[in-house]
Amino acid sequence: MSEIIKIVIDGKEIEATKGQTILQAAVNNGIYIPTLCAFDGIKPKASCRLCTVKVNGRAMTACTTPATEGMEIENNTAGINEIRKAIIEAIFVEGNHFCPSCEKSGNCELQALGYRFMMMVPRFPYSFPQRPIDATNPKLLLDTNRCILCLRCVRGLKDENGKSLFAIKHRGVHAEIVMDHEVCANISDEMAQKAMNTCPVGVIIKKEKGFDEAIGTRKFDKQPIGHEIENKFNQGGN
Amino acid sequence: MNSQLEKIIKKYDSDKFRLMDILIDIQAEFGFISKEATHDVAKELNMAVVDVEQTLTFYHFFTQKSTGKNTVYLNDSAVACMMGREEIKKAFEEAAGCKFGENSADGLIGLYNTACIGMNDQEPAAIINGKVFTKLTPAVAQQIVSGLKAGKNVQDLYHQELGDGKNAAAEVKSMVRNNIRRRGQVILNDFTPGVALKTKLSSMQPKDVIDEVKKSNIRGRGGAGFPTGLKWDFCSRSTGEKRYVLCNADEGEPGTFKDRVLLTERPEMLFEGMAIGGYAVGADQGILYLRYEYKYLETYLEKVLEDARKDNRLGKNIGGVNGFDFDIRIQFGAGAYVCGEETALIESGEGKRGEPRDKPPFPVEKGYLNMPTVINNVETFCAVVKIIENGGNWYKQMGTEESSGTKLLSISGDCAQPGVYEIEWGMTISQMLEMVGASNVQAVQVSGPSGQIIGPKDFDRKICYGDLATGGSMIVVDKTRDMLKDIVLNFMEFFIEESCGSCTTCRIVPKLMKDRLVKILNGKGVMKDIADLEDWAKILPVSRCGLGQTAANPIATSIKNFRELYEAKVQKDVDYDCGFDMNKAVQASCAFVDRVPNAH
Amino acid sequence: MSKPIVATTSLAGCFGCHMSILDIDERILDLFDLVEFNKSPIDDIKTFTKQCDIGIIEGGCCNSENVHVLKEFRKNCKILISLGECAIMGGLPALRNGIPVEECIREAYLEGPTVTLNKEGILPNDDELPMILDKVYPCHEIVKIDYFLPGCPPRADLIWNALVALLTGNEMDLPYEVVKFD
Ligand SMILES: Cc1cc2nc3c(=O)[nH]c(=O)nc-3n(C[C@H](O)[C@H](O)[C@H](O)COP(=O)(O)O)c2cc1C
Ligand code: SF4
Ligand code: SF4
Ligand code: SF4
Ligand code: FES
Repeated sequence: MSEIIKIVIDGKEIEATKGQTILQAAVNNGIYIPTLCAFDGIKPKASCRLCTVKVNGRAMTACTTPATEGMEIENNTAGINEIRKAIIEAIFVEGNHFCPSCEKSGNCELQALGYRFMMMVPRFPYSFPQRPIDATNPKLLLDTNRCILCLRCVRGLKDENGKSLFAIKHRGVHAEIVMDHEVCANISDEMAQKAMNTCPVGVIIKKEKGFDEAIGTRKFDKQPIGHEIENKFNQGGN
Repeated sequence: MNSQLEKIIKKYDSDKFRLMDILIDIQAEFGFISKEATHDVAKELNMAVVDVEQTLTFYHFFTQKSTGKNTVYLNDSAVACMMGREEIKKAFEEAAGCKFGENSADGLIGLYNTACIGMNDQEPAAIINGKVFTKLTPAVAQQIVSGLKAGKNVQDLYHQELGDGKNAAAEVKSMVRNNIRRRGQVILNDFTPGVALKTKLSSMQPKDVIDEVKKSNIRGRGGAGFPTGLKWDFCSRSTGEKRYVLCNADEGEPGTFKDRVLLTERPEMLFEGMAIGGYAVGADQGILYLRYEYKYLETYLEKVLEDARKDNRLGKNIGGVNGFDFDIRIQFGAGAYVCGEETALIESGEGKRGEPRDKPPFPVEKGYLNMPTVINNVETFCAVVKIIENGGNWYKQMGTEESSGTKLLSISGDCAQPGVYEIEWGMTISQMLEMVGASNVQAVQVSGPSGQIIGPKDFDRKICYGDLATGGSMIVVDKTRDMLKDIVLNFMEFFIEESCGSCTTCRIVPKLMKDRLVKILNGKGVMKDIADLEDWAKILPVSRCGLGQTAANPIATSIKNFRELYEAKVQKDVDYDCGFDMNKAVQASCAFVDRVPNAH
Repeated sequence: MSKPIVATTSLAGCFGCHMSILDIDERILDLFDLVEFNKSPIDDIKTFTKQCDIGIIEGGCCNSENVHVLKEFRKNCKILISLGECAIMGGLPALRNGIPVEECIREAYLEGPTVTLNKEGILPNDDELPMILDKVYPCHEIVKIDYFLPGCPPRADLIWNALVALLTGNEMDLPYEVVKFD
């Protein structure tokens, strides 16, 4: 049987299973920790830094740090949320996010975080970078203007031989996501859909589809991101 | 497939964990890594092409097109600029007939910039066809280019005598100088290879070795200062089929060069230290991760390894201790400062992008090939040899209470005697400045860009873990320098270029901060910009590794200690200026439609 | 007490944000009770006739004329509001920002598929015409902006709530559904 341990998040004691990350434990207990690069079923690599929490006073990422007995965790504090908000704003100015013309608008996790953190305008100047769009694949469009380099696609999408569909090239400010044209040449519809679902924003887009959900019916139109976690134990209640 | 290429891939058994070596050999053989070669490698290693490109495009010294028949990599770090790099650059450009970042039209010469090459005590310096040229002058730059154009061997173009010590050895033949200015009791003192291995270990259990190292209180000399004995202890307790000992010889922090001197003058000591580490934690394989900039030492180091094997200081049953087997291979990097971060170093050693890993798990649990791994700095391993020779108590007598032993400092910049100094911990900055012959000092950059820049009010502070901890880089800046432009801006650019780009924070924020600094330098700043910079700096500590965590330090510590420099540059009577310049903004469109701008 | 005075303008925008102001429906009558409009397309007053309390800017700056108007607004209004994505971040006009301005002009006047009449290849360069900026600038990257109301267009409720809060000095009430970027 798996060992149960106790940890404390923002003063609330919760139970976790040994081996779980702080994030998994929090989610299971209805506590929302903002994330962008974490994705169910894909090995975490803490690159967005949004899930940063303080563990016994030290900044750690909840998506990668295993929960251990007695951990004291700060999550929903003004100080941490201010840094998270700054990160979200930094991501917005880094790329070209023209939400009104984006296929993912309303279902986009970055945008939803902008809403949740009440971003009215980023504190940083926009950089308006020149970024490529790769439309050569028959099923997938890759619009890197919106890429946030969460690397979910790089970590999570492999073909049957374990070869990558996507990879990251260059480093630092020059980093960019590219598609492997050979591996993606005969991509199936399911895989194309999976690729689109894996991307939190509007980079990987399945062709010949889009803008097919009316405003008001999309994922984050009415409810903030994370509400499904926070309302976990309220359902059927009231 | 090209037969030469096939040979290279075969040499490494088509092993994708050796992708770095494969790419290094291809780059060396063909001068660049072509699309075809990339495809062939991908095919042979059974990888996606983009996966090969993922590694390939990460490293500065891998290129996808030719960098010229002869390639000049000119250091562009702060001290190089202080020592007159601009003139050298111009001379190279004039002689070659092309700009930096390009090849000459005839393809004979390529001119490229590169980050600190570990020669700060003899700048301006460049790596030309793999050979180091130091103390360049414009005339020399011109001679070099005409020599190369005439087809001369690069070594025949040396403008100085061969350097001192082993720099002059047949396997090195380099003009690099050691500039050892002070020898302490431990590392630069006399040394006879094999004493520790052959006379001490036979009577010590691995645990005793760890205890002795613990007793010495030595802490890692690479910068982070983690207690070495504890690290080895953790590693020896982790479970794994195999264990590894890695030496971090990436020495990428601008301003440090002491590891280069140790690799030149004390390689036997270093390899002995690694072997002792292997004995202590139960590893039989060591890897020296060596920065590409020091490739000129390769033949020499291979020979030192070979001699050690012959002398039973490496190999089987070392020093006559039954079952004590240990050997070392050299793994080159390919130009990436971040690979000095221990987990990035491991990734790189496994043939991947040098992207740091999330911790935990730490390398002592899951390191190279996911096996328990000890990683230490060159100097740490060297010191351990003397600790085993003379005992932890002997070592502890030196230095201060919490900082035991000696420390090598790499001191450069505005001082009479730049070079390597072995000091005891506890020396003050004032004493240090006197030691190196520095006057008219405006500031000292302690620990390189990732450290802090301090002014005279802090010169009484001590060099030690409790106060000014350091990996050894010390850059003296005198009062003639424009600190914000010459030092701070250069260092910000360094971090921007060297970030692996994984963390949003480290990838995005330093660039925003640099732009804001430039705005201030251009006279467009306002008071709020200073406050913004201070606020933005607070975002970076949540980055994954030390690079991002410290990337705001050049700006943050200079604001803290030299706020007046910023205040002098911002507009006093304006409270909002975002730097918009109408004349500049309409320039391009007016020129294109043939119109004289009439903005007012 | 005299009524607060409001001015509005559309720079590089599509008037969608102004439409959204009208979209507050019958509350527009309350608004006219609450404030007096000065320079604005709503009342067609073309130049400032007095100092205003609130200036509402739709659209970013794509040419010298936009910059000029925006600076006029800054001079004549106590509070400036960037209304909508274009004012806040350039919006759709800023899709050109990754493309050199020369290429944009060439495409628009010389080589684009819709260019049929410009046989002589004339480029607009009369001194009376606004000059085109190298990119479309968000308003706050030119002058200080005090408040930002996102959306494309901003929801009518957001505009209403924000104006009421500003006019009454109360906290802005911003329910989740009203702050959107599309
Ligand atoms: C960006 C970065 C660069 C680093 N570069 C080096 C280096 O060149 N050499 C080194 O020994 N340690 C370097 N370190 C520190 C290593 O991560 C690690 O702490 C060290 O190698 C451990 O050895 P030690 O305990 O003997 O110091 C670097 C750390 C960071 C974050
Ligand atoms: S990816 Fe998200 S944030 Fe970016 S433009 Fe699309 S909807 Fe907006
Ligand atoms: S393409 Fe999408 S999934 Fe891949 S790194 Fe960019 S944002 Fe993340
Ligand atoms: S802090 Fe910077 S260098 Fe370190 S992992 Fe993050 S992005 Fe890479
Ligand atoms: S979700 Fe943890 S760092 Fe991105």
